[in-house]
Amino acid sequence: MYKYDEIDQQIVNERVTQYRDQTRRYLAGELSEEEFRPLRLQNGLYIQRHAPMLRIAVPYGMLSSKQLHKLADIAQRYDRSYGHFSTRQNMQLNWPKLEEVPDILAELATVEMHAIQTSGNCIRNITTDQFAGIAPDEVVDPRAMAEVIRQWSTFHPEFALLPRKFKIAVSGTKDDRAVVQMHDVGMEFYLDSNQKVAIKVWVGGGLGRTPILGTVIREHLEWQHALTYCEAIIRVYNLHGRRDNAYKARIKILVKALGIDAFRSQVEAEWAHLKDAPNTISQTELARVSKHFEAMPYATLPASDASFDAAVANNPAFAAWVKRSLHAHKTPGYRAVTLSLKPHGKAPGDATSEQMHVVADLAEQYSFGELRVSHEQNLILADVKLSDLFAVWEKARAHGLATPNIGLLTDIICCPGGDFCSLANAKSIPIAEAIQMQFDNLDYLHDIGDIELNISGCMNACGHHHIGHIGILGVDKDGSEWYQVSIGGSQGNNSSIGNVIGPSFSADEMPSVVQKLIDVYIKERTPEEQFIDTVRRLGVAPFKAYVYAKNTQNTKDEVAA
Amino acid sequence: MSNLIKLNNNVASIVDNEWAVVKLPASQVEARKQAGKVVLFKLTGEKTVSDEQLTNTVIPDTGKVLIPLSVFIARKTELQTRINQGDIGVWLDTHEVLAELVEHQADLNQLPIIAVHVERFADGRIFSLGVLLRTRYGYKNELRAFGDVLRDQLFFLKRSGFDSYLIRADRNAEEALLSLKDFSSPYQGAVDEARPAFVRYNRVT
Ligand code: SF4
Repeated sequence: MYKYDEIDQQIVNERVTQYRDQTRRYLAGELSEEEFRPLRLQNGLYIQRHAPMLRIAVPYGMLSSKQLHKLADIAQRYDRSYGHFSTRQNMQLNWPKLEEVPDILAELATVEMHAIQTSGNCIRNITTDQFAGIAPDEVVDPRAMAEVIRQWSTFHPEFALLPRKFKIAVSGTKDDRAVVQMHDVGMEFYLDSNQKVAIKVWVGGGLGRTPILGTVIREHLEWQHALTYCEAIIRVYNLHGRRDNAYKARIKILVKALGIDAFRSQVEAEWAHLKDAPNTISQTELARVSKHFEAMPYATLPASDASFDAAVANNPAFAAWVKRSLHAHKTPGYRAVTLSLKPHGKAPGDATSEQMHVVADLAEQYSFGELRVSHEQNLILADVKLSDLFAVWEKARAHGLATPNIGLLTDIICCPGGDFCSLANAKSIPIAEAIQMQFDNLDYLHDIGDIELNISGCMNACGHHHIGHIGILGVDKDGSEWYQVSIGGSQGNNSSIGNVIGPSFSADEMPSVVQKLIDVYIKERTPEEQFIDTVRRLGVAPFKAYVYAKNTQNTKDEVAA
Repeated sequence: MSNLIKLNNNVASIVDNEWAVVKLPASQVEARKQAGKVVLFKLTGEKTVSDEQLTNTVIPDTGKVLIPLSVFIARKTELQTRINQGDIGVWLDTHEVLAELVEHQADLNQLPIIAVHVERFADGRIFSLGVLLRTRYGYKNELRAFGDVLRDQLFFLKRSGFDSYLIRADRNAEEALLSLKDFSSPYQGAVDEARPAFVRYNRVT
């Protein structure tokens, strides 16, 4: 992964000094609440319900063992010995003290980490596919470009105070796992007809109050121009995006108001001036950064391993985990392993300091000392030998990291919600926990099969509820907490936004509502169909009819029996 | 004491302010000047400043004055001699459109100063305006930020081409000077240094 040189290190060091002084001035009353707000936000510090929340950047989701050990230590020393991995592939601390944040940043800087631009109205963390570099369906490894974009966006002076947050995602696979259509700018890397790396650029996607899929603004952009083209897009947005209403300030609203054609011609007009400017990426620079993402020193291995096959045959629990938790690898004899941060009945995405140390050790021992955070809020060891999988599983299982539910109903994406977040309409974590307990039966979960359930505590959609096969959104009705349910949303190449099934429910009703949706699916599915397929085939109606039918009993006992 | 910081050959110091700002008289209607709405103005041709305001703007007879863009455009003939003498500068709000200035003043470098007024410090349009003035329109003279100008935005203002900063009156300009040096070697090319780090240094390790 990318290693800092003196320039990178100097920037994060200077950031610590700058922020320490800003915090001092705020505490001394020299900066008002309002003046300090964007400064702390651009350093990832929110003021939450109970305490501040600090969001630490994990650029495009990559971490080293050393960094994860440091995060574990920080969580222990400055927080309550756990951290929360978010859908932006970042890590959040829920209980740091405002006065101690500069010290936390100083600690982070020692392991080449920071909290720069993890919040606020600026260019946020660049996200990508958690299997970048190892996925067999990958055409272009997007990580070097993600790093080039990260550097360019860090303290970009022209875009330091945008109308609203700005998120960029990059991907280079046939099967999009970076949800590029859901970002303010999405860049899909591919090889053009001359076998040169090119970018298809999407603009104006996003979740939140007005969910919308991005539109293609340019089909073919040579990779050298990635930064200047972004500058053109963001300049048009910076000048013309709405600043009078935070809910209408995202770029998607501007694109919609102008229409994609008018927006595109403004961008192209800007770009005519910016093209080939010094920010054009040089071959040397891309090569320099790419060096850090070269293939690991893999062993030459056969495609299968007898000890692994035997363990799968003899140990059903291991086999169940293998079935859900492995991802194919470019290199024969290797797999990517997803460690579940979704044990039933615990807050999705949370990891204790002890678990972080365990994962860091596993990465050190079995996966070249690196790991990744997925936007599904799990941790990934990307390069594990088949022959090591059993050992990894045993150790992970001993620490609650091997729930074999990856991609299943209980692998819930969930925002921190009303327990922590001051913007929330409703709690989200207890809903996730209640659903996990309702479906706490692995055989049954496997029978239900692949399904994505996403929960957000409010319209801001940090839990990506619009693109969950089942989406749950916390809403406020007369001061009490209710939940609106949608079905049919999806990420990936066939991205879609879910449809609301009807009036919202109380927290108590939620497990049985999800149960009823599943019951309809089980009853109606064809042998090949996943939940999303059945929803697409039948539409919302039969699900709605059953969920809202009078006098249907809670069917939990019946099914789980 | 003066609260004006000026950069001269990259050296910042506090200097006296010789420019008086001319303001538009208050209008009856609250000006709708948020971005987005401006797009609408352009579509409908609706004006943000009334003719009455333009004619009623009081311009002092002597001295160096900064004129609002709309007044400058409307009353340019009347000001021409003083423009030639270098006594007239133009100021604009962050929602105003640079193309209009250029349309009426082809040679921007005839103006000794252009100033951008930022009403709220969090309004980042000011940065794009600075970049465009310097890179697109080739403006070389003094470029000033005034209004809600605070030290934590100075570094970005400097990189966006501003070389003159009138710090908000209740803040200490002396202390603000420090923030111009927040970062010694930024990553990306911008107005003050067009070459990104990967061009300036041999980063190959
Ligand atoms: S979706 Fe709403 S409640 Fe959940 S974390 Fe985001 S802002 Fe907070």
